[in-house]
Amino acid sequence: MSRTSALRRSADKPAGKRPYFLDPEAERIFAITMAVAQELAVARARVDTLERLLEAKGVVAREEIETFAPSTEAHAERAAWSQEYINRILRIVQQEAQAAEIRDEPPAA
Amino acid sequence: MDDSDSAAIVDERHGARDYDGPDDHRLGVRHAAYPELSHDETERFNFLAQMNHHLVGKVAPAVERAWTSRVAPRFEAEHGRPPANRHEARKALLAEPVFQTWSALRRMTMEQRQEAGRWAALRQAETLAARTASLIRQGQLSLDPSLPIPRYVSAVDHHCMPGSYHGETFPGDVTGPASYDSGIYVTVRGRGGPLNDGIGQTLAGWIRETYPTLRPQRIIDLGATTGHNLLPVAQAFPEAEVIGVDVGAPVLRYAAARATALGVDNVRFIQADASRLGQFEDGAFDLVMSTMFLHELSLPALDAILAESHRLLAEGGLMINMEQPAYAGMGPFEQAMRDWDAHYNNEPFWSTLHDLDLDERFTAAGFEREKLVHVTFEDPSGAVGGGRISMVFVGARK
Repeated sequence: MSRTSALRRSADKPAGKRPYFLDPEAERIFAITMAVAQELAVARARVDTLERLLEAKGVVAREEIETFAPSTEAHAERAAWSQEYINRILRIVQQEAQAAEIRDEPPAA
Repeated sequence: MDDSDSAAIVDERHGARDYDGPDDHRLGVRHAAYPELSHDETERFNFLAQMNHHLVGKVAPAVERAWTSRVAPRFEAEHGRPPANRHEARKALLAEPVFQTWSALRRMTMEQRQEAGRWAALRQAETLAARTASLIRQGQLSLDPSLPIPRYVSAVDHHCMPGSYHGETFPGDVTGPASYDSGIYVTVRGRGGPLNDGIGQTLAGWIRETYPTLRPQRIIDLGATTGHNLLPVAQAFPEAEVIGVDVGAPVLRYAAARATALGVDNVRFIQADASRLGQFEDGAFDLVMSTMFLHELSLPALDAILAESHRLLAEGGLMINMEQPAYAGMGPFEQAMRDWDAHYNNEPFWSTLHDLDLDERFTAAGFEREKLVHVTFEDPSGAVGGGRISMVFVGARK
């Protein structure tokens, strides 16, 4: 119940017209980017917490993380994930490129 | 000491604490009324405090440099004279990309703080309400559900806080103040101390030092909200009966629970309008105080509350209000920067107050001009004016 209401209300707009300092389209993307930047910082802090806890418990020394060298097989798995990831987040680049090849389709802007 | 020695010291410091910025949010006191915060919820506040630290330390100074190098010269070239006032300065700044970016980031960081605090508080709304209720002692809290919320409060979501200080969505709701208590750290960049009571601490210390013979028996704090700045005063005068007044029920519930959680037992909280405190007789208090309150008031409310303060104050007593310095004497750029909150952070009365000659209002309310008090301090939180610190204690003896 609380979680549902948090989802519904946590990002409520305060009363009053929101000021825009940049072109609204740019500011919208900027605001989303800053929220993503925040969540990246939070994820980074969580990894750091994990590393420190693992080190404190003698499971993994952080030096081992710094000097970690994946095996050829592990590298291939990690690199494949990166390729898939880039492919996914740059979807629009691919789609606009494909659209450019279609003779009758006008450009987006 | 030779160079290698000093290098070693620098290295040692580097290892120990080569760091200048907000302390970890976890160093704040997580008292019994405080919302539970997960690792990631805490880190969200840490990140946002760092954002404000960066904006104050790095981006705001760039705005000032852009003002000097580009904005002011461009204005002069166009108008044949420098900007005459903060309105002209602000309009000129709005076309400056550095100001635009700083402003957009400041606004976003405030919105992100509100979202982060609301998320944490709302997901545990019922638990928080139950815990608050269990902490409130008999006689510690008097609420008045029939009290009309004045329009200067109800019409504004102060500093982008949805629901402001009075909004509640179910009986016993304290999500607003719980979000405020955990999130104010972001806005003051961790500089308010572990209890976010730096202003109250400074005020309590200043009163004791300046008026060593003043031993208030009854103290009232107007617009007390969560009681952050009242508790240090209550603790400085443990023999006094201390009352915090506010129009918002949620903040008062939380304030009472927080006082219990922190072991302060000479304070109680009453829901009332500070302009109409008829339940107290003339001269009932020897200390009438407020912190960061006057700038939330409309002009008629300000005058009414000052008149009520005068009535409530005993002969020989002290009325004292913590605020930001008035604009008079500041240049257009300084004023425009300090006035940012009025335009872009939902503080509509901010400009009005800082343009006022408060001494005039105090004397109009009945205080004697020769007994006025006016002291400037460094604001421990540096929360406003883009990090431009300094606060004033203004008031009067009676």
